[in-house]
Amino acid sequence: MAGSTLHEGLAPLNVASEQKSDDAHGYYVLGDKLVDAKAPTGPIKDRWTTRKFENRLVNPANRRKLDIIMVGTGLAGGAAAATLGEAGYNVKSFCYQDSPRRAHSIAAQGGINAAKNYKEDGDSTFRLFYDTVKGGDYRSRESNVYRLAEVSANIIDQCVAQGVPFAREYGGLLDNRSFGGVQVSRTFYARGQTGQQLLIGAYQAMERQVAAGTVKQYTRHEMLELIVVDGRARGIIARDMVTGEIETHLADVVVLATGGYGNVFYLSTNAMGSNVTATWRAHRKGAYMANPCYTQIHPTCIPVSGDFQSKLTLMSESLRNDGRIWVPKNREDCDKDPRDIPEEDRDYYLERIYPSFGNLVPRDIASRQAKNVCDEGRGVGPVVGDFRRGVYLDFADAIARMGRQAVETKYGNLFDMYARITGEDPYEVPMRIYPAVHYVMGGLWVDYDLQSNITGLYVTGEANFSDHGANRLGASALMQGLADGYFVLPNTIRDYLADGPFPKVAEDHPEVVAARESVEARINTFMSMNGTRSADSYHKELGNIMWEYCGMERTEEGLRKAIDMIRELKADFWSNLRVLGTADGINQSLEKAGRVADFIELGELMCVDALNRRESCGGHFRGESQTEDGEALRHDDEFAYVAAWEWGGEDGQPVLHKEDLIYTAIEMKQRSYK
Amino acid sequence: MPVVATPTLVSPPRSTRSTIALKLVMATSGLLFVAYVLAHMYGNLKAFSGQDKFNDYAHHLRELGEPILPYEGFLWIARTVLLVALVAHVVAAVLLTNRNRRARTTRYQVKKNVASSLSSRTMRWGGAALLLFIIWHLVNFSFGKVNVATGETGSAAGDPYTLMVGSFEVWWLTVIYLVAMVALALHLHHGTWSAMQTLGFTNTAASRRRAKQAGWLLAVVVAGGFSLVPLAVLVGIIEK
Amino acid sequence: MKLTLKIWRQPNPATAGAMHTYELDGVSEDMSFLEMLDVLNEKLNTSGEEPIAFDSDCREGICGMCGLMINGQAHGPEVTTTCQLHMRSFKDGDEITIEPWRADSFPVLKDLCVDRSALDRMVQAGGYISANTGSAPDAHAAPVEKKKADRAFDVATCISCGACVAACPNGSASLFLGAKITHLGELPQGQPERYSRVVGMVGQHDHDGFGGCTNIGECAAACPKEIPLDVISQLNKDLRTAMVKGR
Ligand SMILES: Cc1cc2nc3c(=O)[nH]c(=O)nc-3n(C[C@H](O)[C@H](O)[C@H](O)COP(=O)(O)OP(=O)(O)OC[C@H]3O[C@@H](n4cnc5c(N)ncnc54)[C@H](O)[C@@H]3O)c2cc1C
Ligand code: HEM
Ligand code: HEM
Ligand code: SF4
Ligand code: F3S
Ligand code: FES
Repeated sequence: MAGSTLHEGLAPLNVASEQKSDDAHGYYVLGDKLVDAKAPTGPIKDRWTTRKFENRLVNPANRRKLDIIMVGTGLAGGAAAATLGEAGYNVKSFCYQDSPRRAHSIAAQGGINAAKNYKEDGDSTFRLFYDTVKGGDYRSRESNVYRLAEVSANIIDQCVAQGVPFAREYGGLLDNRSFGGVQVSRTFYARGQTGQQLLIGAYQAMERQVAAGTVKQYTRHEMLELIVVDGRARGIIARDMVTGEIETHLADVVVLATGGYGNVFYLSTNAMGSNVTATWRAHRKGAYMANPCYTQIHPTCIPVSGDFQSKLTLMSESLRNDGRIWVPKNREDCDKDPRDIPEEDRDYYLERIYPSFGNLVPRDIASRQAKNVCDEGRGVGPVVGDFRRGVYLDFADAIARMGRQAVETKYGNLFDMYARITGEDPYEVPMRIYPAVHYVMGGLWVDYDLQSNITGLYVTGEANFSDHGANRLGASALMQGLADGYFVLPNTIRDYLADGPFPKVAEDHPEVVAARESVEARINTFMSMNGTRSADSYHKELGNIMWEYCGMERTEEGLRKAIDMIRELKADFWSNLRVLGTADGINQSLEKAGRVADFIELGELMCVDALNRRESCGGHFRGESQTEDGEALRHDDEFAYVAAWEWGGEDGQPVLHKEDLIYTAIEMKQRSYK
Repeated sequence: MPVVATPTLVSPPRSTRSTIALKLVMATSGLLFVAYVLAHMYGNLKAFSGQDKFNDYAHHLRELGEPILPYEGFLWIARTVLLVALVAHVVAAVLLTNRNRRARTTRYQVKKNVASSLSSRTMRWGGAALLLFIIWHLVNFSFGKVNVATGETGSAAGDPYTLMVGSFEVWWLTVIYLVAMVALALHLHHGTWSAMQTLGFTNTAASRRRAKQAGWLLAVVVAGGFSLVPLAVLVGIIEK
Repeated sequence: MKLTLKIWRQPNPATAGAMHTYELDGVSEDMSFLEMLDVLNEKLNTSGEEPIAFDSDCREGICGMCGLMINGQAHGPEVTTTCQLHMRSFKDGDEITIEPWRADSFPVLKDLCVDRSALDRMVQAGGYISANTGSAPDAHAAPVEKKKADRAFDVATCISCGACVAACPNGSASLFLGAKITHLGELPQGQPERYSRVVGMVGQHDHDGFGGCTNIGECAAACPKEIPLDVISQLNKDLRTAMVKGR
């Protein structure tokens, strides 16, 4: 490991890449290179400490005069609202659900990483940093990741103090498990509901500030536009989803903590309301969207059972520890009762292809192989579209080996959930699983201080392009959300706010009026189009295109086709949409229409990004870039950069800005699981 | 139409002003009644030992505590405590019932009850029935002493034994008493466990189960025990 | 399967609502209850009638956003959330009555959506542990007895759905309250504010017009997270102690 370089820190270990391929030619314009002006230099382990010290302070008496808009109440937004409220700033917090505690972070199951080394198994800040960079396939910014690892330990302390009921051992101390294939036990968990317990902690801290009067919470409010005045983000336009009123909220700084956009695929493990609207609106106002094509597909989800399906449910990855994955060798066997298929007619394909890792290969590999066998027509379960989309996850061996009792203790709640959703008994019949979209590594571009390229617009949590590079390790998103929310943002935003309060913006400032009017005009268009199709039906169609051509495997040909299809879909959407009811109250069709409109535009950009990146890295697998035996092949010489896309205007082309990824503490390596 | 809830925070909150404080009043007064009816039932069963024993017992009650307390002193203390408890129990019941009614003014079109006992849902009716019963009962046996068979009142109605046995020889009066005992049984069945829960003694599944069993036991023992005397009179085991 | 659905429709909080009847054919038993409503809504949209508004978000039983009164039972006939209820719990030809949560402290906003912000206000009134960011000691500074940690967790699973209120004949939120009081009260970190917390939360509960608990027990039966009635006993006990302490 590169331990020795840790202290030197400054010498680059790689050179800037130079792109030779140009697959996306004609779809984009090349812009200037981007540098993170805020990125600190010096030894990696001192960077955050130095930055915290360098950042200016805000006098407590002045904090009261500073208004912060915080959109999103998940781990990232909720934690930040609480912390900034405690510090004495004036925070306005927004979420589209009826309570901040329902933000999508609530659904996270597995756990949260932290370099506490409570197990004395060799964990350290550096190891967590190293694992995260490597797991992200060397496509993340090392200073950010190191900081993430550094503050991770404080997160656990903070949560425990708030009363988060983490799993404990009999001695009363916290328990850890190993997660996502790493070799140390650094994952803290609260049964299968870690996200819920962490979010309740942040939510309660935030509600305490609501009572104290420092945080004002706006629930059932959806942000529909960003207000930029004189080059600074100064507020948002939000719709009160109950009264339909279009509201203007102005502040000194705007923070987006609005989560991921996995729902661009229609079917994903995300909540129904997860959307890209907040970040996409900011993107259209000039904020760069970075690495939009990086999506994580989780291998163990409950498969689609019909075209009425509205969302997919994740089953914990831990099931792969004891379950064996297989499909029939022969297509003719696919509709047979699996118990009648003899051992010799089964293909345990992961064990066959990856004898040493077997069923425990990383998420992206397990997902892609499942797709491959289904594409060969050997999938199982109901036919959806052209194929059966499912593979068996079989516990028969485990039950024979450990006994039903032991399997029940270990996985009982997951089995129950499976039984409830599918109506099948997994103790008797093998489970069926299939990959599903789970997380997006892409998001708005931010500098080291989490500020986007629009001054005064900060982005945290899954909504930014994040610290996970091209692939996120299990249990690291919760860590990032809370790191950003509790520790990073509150320390970086003060440097910006030290210059405030900024001159008041009048409600009738032309920029404010324009933002407001554009929102109203858009709503009017939706309401008056009076076509024939629902927003949902467009969303489903978009999802199919994205899943087919920009999902687990992407090819030049497929992506070009997808872009054409999305453009057609967009034209149809804007002429044939039907939204019934009125805009002056709850109108869920109207809400969906706005979200789908933005997803369509995002979908196109994702395809362009995927087309440009002619390499396979992390969650992005390009058919054209694989080894002889079908493994992902990275091209550091061409693509060791962050692709930050600038909005090119309604009819223009997106502009690509590249930020080079230069590593000084870790050397880049190709991964291999054979 | 329900009014939209006032989005304000309460200030300052006070434990003594809460619904739970009222419930504590109900539970303590209720438990006092439980103790009383147990003792009273035991006393009534003396009727099986004959007129003299029963009357002696009634007389002894009045001499209890002498010479520290005057004649009937203990009885009056007990009566006062019971009366205060009764007023508290009823006032709290009325306040709580009103507030619970206001909590849902629009009813469901369809509502199923899956886990609750009949007794828990009839506490208010049962309580009202008991109140009417107690009033009548006092008129009948305590300060009124009305012998419904002869129409005599006061001391003319005879000694306690005569009055009681005489009364239960009237079939409809017996029916009234027996119906009241059903109400009492229901009230005790839920009330016992409910009081334990209100007082915070049932923090585990096991203690909850025990409290519910106690409710059954008390309901059967008390209502059953009380019913024995009227039934015995009815079938002629106890006679004047 | 073919179903007859009787659904409460109400345009806004100020206008009176009524039950409407819809026939829906082609329902698959693999659909979740909400997917069945999605299908109905798609049909309504096609036929020019405004779709029915109902809340949901995670659709995997954890966010607490969904919640319907189905045939007189909160979250329907199974012990689960509305979003995790599947149509195989029903039969071809069934008539299903769907109503919003009813409680005056949960005013109906539209159709099947209600305003549950009173639950947030109870938390604001004390349902937290005051621990400013950055002030926490090391997580291992205060070990917690496993039994207590487990109980705290068991009751911390409340998803704030409000089914307990909807099911309670008194419209009481005691189960929700008890769950929070017990969760924080079991942990050493929760002790300093234990009694001010219970007084504040109960005060807010009463202030917002929830009914009192008469220990009927419908709440625990409707709770998708199987929060037991013990927590109400714990709540009462803590309030009683707070009274003694003069809070
Ligand atoms: C099923 C599942 C399981 C997971 N398990 C794990 C795990 O075990 N470990 C792990 O580390 N990670 C896990 N993840 C990933 C992780 O949960 C998320 O990445 C993380 O919680 C995101 O947090 P966030 O605060 O950025 O956003 P979110 O929690 O998604 O919050 C977004 C917030 O923004 C608000 N919002 C969005 N748009 C708007 C708008 N337009 N206007 C107003 N408000 C808006 C929402 O109301 C919400 O409050 C899991 C994810 C899923 C889907
Ligand atoms: C005088 C007429 C009475 C009325 C109007 C009355 C009414 C009520 C009501 C409305 C309740 C509340 C229901 C509940 O909390 O579950 C209640 C509870 C109770 N009652 Fe009565 N009751 C009366 C007499 C009695 C008697 C005679 C007894 C005992 C023998 C008794 C014992 C109890 C007990 C133990 C409770 C439970 C308290 C609790 O829930 O904490 N009550 N009563
Ligand atoms: C079949 C059932 C009952 C019988 C036969 C019965 C009989 C009597 C008799 C004979 C007396 C008069 C005693 C005396 O004056 O010395 C009396 C008094 C009384 N009974 Fe009962 N009783 C019955 C049930 C109840 C119940 C259920 C209650 C309460 C809920 C009750 C409450 C009282 C009270 C308060 C008095 C007045 C005691 C006093 O004078 O201070 N009784 N009862
Ligand atoms: S206690 Fe149960 S029913 Fe009540 S809000 Fe919590 S989870 Fe829902
Ligand atoms: S149903 Fe209601 S009365 Fe109490 S026990 Fe549950 S809150
Ligand atoms: S939609 Fe989240 S619990 Fe049902």
